[in-house]
Amino acid sequence: MSLQSRHRADLAARLGGQVPPSAGFTAHARVRALARLQAMGLPHGRDEYWRYTAPDLLNGPAPSLGAQHPQGQLGAALNPLVLTFCDGVFDAAASSDLALAGGQIALLSRAQTDLHFAQDIYGSLEERGQTPVARPFAALNTALAQEGVLLHITGKVVRPILLNYVAKSDNCDVMLHHCIKMDAGAEASILEQGGLGARGNLVIEADLAQGSVLHHIRSQTSDDAALAVTHLFARLHGDSALKSFTLSAHGRLIRNETVIELLGDHASAHVAGASLIAGPDHHDDTVFITHQGRACESRQVFKNVLKSGAVGVFQGKILVRQSAQKTDGYQISQSLLLDGDSQFLAKPELEIYADDVKCSHGSTSGAIDETALFYLQSRGIARAQAQALLVLAFMAEATQEIANPDLAEEMRAQIEMVLQRARL
Amino acid sequence: MLEIKNLHVKLQEEDKVILRGVNLNIGAGEVHAIMGPNGSGKSTLSYVLAGREGYEVTEGSALLQGAELLDMEPEERAAAGLFLAFQYPVEIPGVGNMTFLRTAVNAQRKARGEAEISSGDFLKLVRERAKTLKIDADMLKRPVNMGFSGGEKKRNEILQMAMLEPKMCILDETDSGLDVDAMKLVSEGVNALRDAGRSFLVITHYQRLLDHITPDVVHIMAGGRIIKTGGPELALKVENNGYADLLAEVGA
Repeated sequence: MSLQSRHRADLAARLGGQVPPSAGFTAHARVRALARLQAMGLPHGRDEYWRYTAPDLLNGPAPSLGAQHPQGQLGAALNPLVLTFCDGVFDAAASSDLALAGGQIALLSRAQTDLHFAQDIYGSLEERGQTPVARPFAALNTALAQEGVLLHITGKVVRPILLNYVAKSDNCDVMLHHCIKMDAGAEASILEQGGLGARGNLVIEADLAQGSVLHHIRSQTSDDAALAVTHLFARLHGDSALKSFTLSAHGRLIRNETVIELLGDHASAHVAGASLIAGPDHHDDTVFITHQGRACESRQVFKNVLKSGAVGVFQGKILVRQSAQKTDGYQISQSLLLDGDSQFLAKPELEIYADDVKCSHGSTSGAIDETALFYLQSRGIARAQAQALLVLAFMAEATQEIANPDLAEEMRAQIEMVLQRARL
Repeated sequence: MLEIKNLHVKLQEEDKVILRGVNLNIGAGEVHAIMGPNGSGKSTLSYVLAGREGYEVTEGSALLQGAELLDMEPEERAAAGLFLAFQYPVEIPGVGNMTFLRTAVNAQRKARGEAEISSGDFLKLVRERAKTLKIDADMLKRPVNMGFSGGEKKRNEILQMAMLEPKMCILDETDSGLDVDAMKLVSEGVNALRDAGRSFLVITHYQRLLDHITPDVVHIMAGGRIIKTGGPELALKVENNGYADLLAEVGA
């Protein structure tokens, strides 16, 4: 069987007769997404961007749930507006009132009007993000996702918006698709926590108008067996800024893809990730940042702590188009290997067509510094705590990307909790 | 305070014996100095007492206030009252000096069953002790020993000692890499901590440091043993004549 026809056979099995909803403002986008998906098929281990992360678990049936690690509400001190999704279904009883000062919130399942603000976003950023690298699970999501949050931010929103995911059922495939429209000068913080479902597929499309600022913090640390593929597609206009941070732990297979286009001048995109994984778990960060506007800045900071046969993957690309003079691009991916069994696979890619550009990238893998560990122990700090200190120090460049100091502290506390729990 | 009996130590990785029967008794409140040529085993002795990996004790014991140090983890030795001022203090990127100090102070308090120190009290204490060692606020904020000069690193060691208030302090070549002024500052820091309940073991190559920190007893170490013990005058003799005479005298 040829690669192409195998892709399609997998897809037919995965779709299992599901068809996109045919009504509402997303109908057209869904038909197009399904056509895209049918043309590309599901990913295969021989695809260039799936060589280090076998997609089999994502193509087959959804698994049972693993042990759950519930956590306190993220950003509780900041009184977030909470939207809870149980196995992908909106749970009104566990959610806040959807009134938001400085913006408007709607649910994908309930927004049927053809004049919806999300009409120009839904599926359109995802579609742009399919070139030059195919992202079949994102197209699958656009075609089939039934639920999600549609956010229109018009002013400076002080209250963070917390998307709270709860996984309850075994073998449950959950797809959520969020659209975020940031008006000129708008500002918002989106927090995500919990496990989407036994197998989650999440797409966020964010359109940032002139001078807008979007903070995004995700904690995916709640399920031992979770499979998750997430895509964040963002389009940045002039002087806008995106800061995204993700903490990952415990999941069986997590792949977070971030696809950013810096269209306007002087825009800034920071994408950071911290992951703590023990074998047989697998974690993958795949990032593609396109510089189109002049004098934009992008940073990719990814830190992996790996133990007992865990595998970490980083595929990070910076594409600088000819128009993007004065680009400042930075990329670092590092792993701390706590034993000799784990693997870190890093594939940094820079493709630069402009000539007045500053771009740097680096990738390292190393063990914990035994001398530093002894130094800390000799001052009375127990080995486990000393190791946690050194892990937090290793993670610092990523956690520093969180602008809010309280949320940064919460993420550091979560890292310590994961370290204790997993005895990493 | 510290009682070392017939301590034999070899390197774990290779078959190299370093200590060949060290005997040493340090009473409460006493300051002992160990001098000796390069490779005599002085630094190994300090590392073995602090619990660094890579050494194998083949014989002997080391009791701190009657408790066997050699059976303890490094952090337990610290909680029991042992402190080693490193010859080469370790740089730890990403860990703030202040965080490090507070974590260490609280870890030891916890190990001794005491309550954690409040942030206010801790800050007050650290500022006061840092001031006498001329450690500025910037040095406290920076990551542990990162970008510190040689002198700053050694002063930072003494600050840790002052904060942890150990019973038995080992200073491993604390004078190396120090200029005259820094040596004076460090010595003053050490002297301020001298009291009847606290003992010191000062490891050094030179008499110079002992001009500032006057020892009660001076030991000469060579070939993994203590070959001669005397008063402060022994250090002067080494300074003037070198080790050759002493080595010849004991036939080492």
